[in-house]
Amino acid sequence: MAQANRPLSPHLGIYRWQVSNTLSILHRMSGLFLTIGALVLTAWLVAAASGPAAYGMLAGLLKSPPGALLLFGWSLAFFYHLCNGIRHLAWDAGHGFTIPGSRATGWTAVIAAGVLTLLFWIVALTGNGG
Amino acid sequence: MGFRSPLGRAIGSGSARSGFEHWWGQRLSAAGLGLLGLWFVISIAGIGAADHATVAAWIGSMPHAILLILLVMTLLYHSNLGVNVVLEDYVHDGRALVLALGLVRFAHVAMAVAGIYSIVSLSLGARA
Repeated sequence: MAQANRPLSPHLGIYRWQVSNTLSILHRMSGLFLTIGALVLTAWLVAAASGPAAYGMLAGLLKSPPGALLLFGWSLAFFYHLCNGIRHLAWDAGHGFTIPGSRATGWTAVIAAGVLTLLFWIVALTGNGG
Repeated sequence: MGFRSPLGRAIGSGSARSGFEHWWGQRLSAAGLGLLGLWFVISIAGIGAADHATVAAWIGSMPHAILLILLVMTLLYHSNLGVNVVLEDYVHDGRALVLALGLVRFAHVAMAVAGIYSIVSLSLGARA
């Protein structure tokens, strides 16, 4: 039967963790996390349209320590999903399939995401808003 | 194609021909989100911590209102497609999958309507 020749997905129990599969699952996890971020973005717009009281309440939640930690997480998830998404678009266009090449772009995406997140918070915290 | 089983070939099952739109939709919205998302993140770094009046005026003013509506639409479309793929990968019960896909679609449409209505109402100065 031809069944025997079909490709198998990696057996996760014995699969050695490496850059490629770690970044792949992180892409998916950051995407799901950003979907929750989209809910907060919607809440932010609705609160702004509802008036100062509602907006103050949401802003207070987001400025609390757990809220700030979540905002930091969303910023990191955004920049990672963006940088790694560029890798995915390059693959879809047929580029970057060598193993050393994809490892290099993977680490580049991780480092770029970290640097962009840091830059974002430097601008956000030292800007006029404070 | 060598990857199809003899049974699958005999039954005639294969592509449902709905993959094309999903594949391109996900990638085109990704490209759009790269630009709109960067614009939003750079903007929010500047005005995110401002008071209500400043933020409300910013959301409702002309270039921002249009870009925010485009961002909300593109983001929720892309998010809906992405969550669909995750559900299709991990929910194996057919009925539960259809139910989950439907609920996720409802949630995304509701978010889009709420977000866009809020932007428009701020833009028209009709504050509830």
